[in-house]
Amino acid sequence: MKPTMNVEFCGVEFKNPVLTASGTFGFGREYSSFYDLSELGGICIKGITPKKRIGNPPPRIAETPMGILNSVGLQNPGIDAFISEELPFLKQFDTRVIANISGNTVSEYCEMAEKISDSQVDLIEMNISCPNVKAGGMAFGTSSSMVFDVVSETKKYAKKPLVVKLSPNVTDITEIAVAAENAGASGLSLINTILGMRIDIKTKRPILHQNTGGLSGPAVLPIAIRMVYQVKKAVKIPLIGMGGISCGNDAVEMMLAGASLVSVGTACFSNPMAPIEVRDGIQKYLEDCKRSSVHDLCGGLIEY
Amino acid sequence: MIKDFSAQIKKISALSDTTFDFELFVGETAKEAAPGRFVSISCGDQRILRRPISICDASPSEGTIRIIFEIRGEGTKWLSEQKVGGILKVLGPVGNGFKLGGLCDLPALFVAGGIGTPPIYYAAKNTPGKNDLVAGFRNKSAVILEEDMLHIANAVMVCTDDGSYGIHGLVTTEVEKLLLKQQYGAIFACGPRAMLKATAELAEQYHIPCQVSLEERMGCSVGACLVCACAIKGKDGMEYKHVCKDGPVFDAKDVQF
Repeated sequence: MKPTMNVEFCGVEFKNPVLTASGTFGFGREYSSFYDLSELGGICIKGITPKKRIGNPPPRIAETPMGILNSVGLQNPGIDAFISEELPFLKQFDTRVIANISGNTVSEYCEMAEKISDSQVDLIEMNISCPNVKAGGMAFGTSSSMVFDVVSETKKYAKKPLVVKLSPNVTDITEIAVAAENAGASGLSLINTILGMRIDIKTKRPILHQNTGGLSGPAVLPIAIRMVYQVKKAVKIPLIGMGGISCGNDAVEMMLAGASLVSVGTACFSNPMAPIEVRDGIQKYLEDCKRSSVHDLCGGLIEY
Repeated sequence: MIKDFSAQIKKISALSDTTFDFELFVGETAKEAAPGRFVSISCGDQRILRRPISICDASPSEGTIRIIFEIRGEGTKWLSEQKVGGILKVLGPVGNGFKLGGLCDLPALFVAGGIGTPPIYYAAKNTPGKNDLVAGFRNKSAVILEEDMLHIANAVMVCTDDGSYGIHGLVTTEVEKLLLKQQYGAIFACGPRAMLKATAELAEQYHIPCQVSLEERMGCSVGACLVCACAIKGKDGMEYKHVCKDGPVFDAKDVQF
């Protein structure tokens, strides 16, 4: 018998635990020519802001050992254009849609949470961890008191489950996680990218125009697993684990550490089929271990 | 439609110490090749990013495409070390190519710089008429495709920065001489940004439609990640379009150099 792959997360049913990570998948259109998006557990959209943002000047990407640095700077058409022009496309598919929202101020988060709650998205992911914008973004996500304030205010306007995306660029991620939980977050997603830098030694200039950017890809997988493991012990709300997952076994590790759902991001750049292969890999692992359900994985770590 | 597929290397020739000419068997996909479009090639399991490489020619009947690339870093070095018969992971064809149809009866002028020469050769080859081609290179050893270009263009001018071969000087100096002498219906250019900028300015000055093919560091190659941004003049001011999805070929007057 095939293992069951469906997962309930914050009261929302996902057909399988594999999502696409925000910022790596646009609004889904581009990858819909490679496979039926209904195969995915869910799609987390490119981060949206109250108004259109043009993003950062190029270069916006640099390669690193088993990873990349990016500094896109939240280029997006704005929440209204997303709801009117992109969301109807996504709703054609039988998959969950997670809206990633980013604001410069607490009131912007509240406005967006209110507006997006009235749309057909299934969950809201609150991005308080973008390393590539000057105002808002990571500035909110690196102080427990600010996390508490912005999440508790936004929660008042969110009529859909509110997942808070955590930054790894902090001394102790569990403090931030607990602050978000105490403020009423329905779930947490982690990790956003790790701040990094590369320099072109010929020109002596940073490769990225913004000098620094966010590191992602297989290089960050161990950090993401460690942080999911720590946060799982610190909070009761469910977790979405992400950071460097490129195959089923990586996802299984992330789930054993404590993630209920996993997101695949950078892996799509080298392999457009990566999210589907991750899903199939999880299923194969369950079959090989003769487990009946993907639920058996979450937090199934046997510690020393 | 962009596909992710395996392609076998049929032929390899080294055009110089750092420039390589590959023929790949891609089957039916060869029919979708067009001048200005490119493929994104996976350069080993240790590298996350694929390398975007322009298509230099295609033979739909044989199911092959030709690519020419220069070693720029570790990824292209890995690619240069592959052998005939080897299999490459290829995504493509990507992007919008040169618009070669609907040109007026006047000849077209093709302008190429360095590793921007392969797509210009492909474009010139597919444009009927007595077209001229100016191609610039760093030095004699960097000159590529001269023989091929001579077969498909009316006049071919090869320039080198150091004067070690052909005309000593910049391609744009030759472009201006040609524009003073003769009327052209369109200009097509691919090469370093400074060359494209100067060519675009000349095209504007002489009122000739001009298309340029841009390059930028790329992520997903399909338009999802938004990293390969290029500044384009929009209705409400400058906006960032993306080389992989909106380009790589743009109308020169829209590009904010």
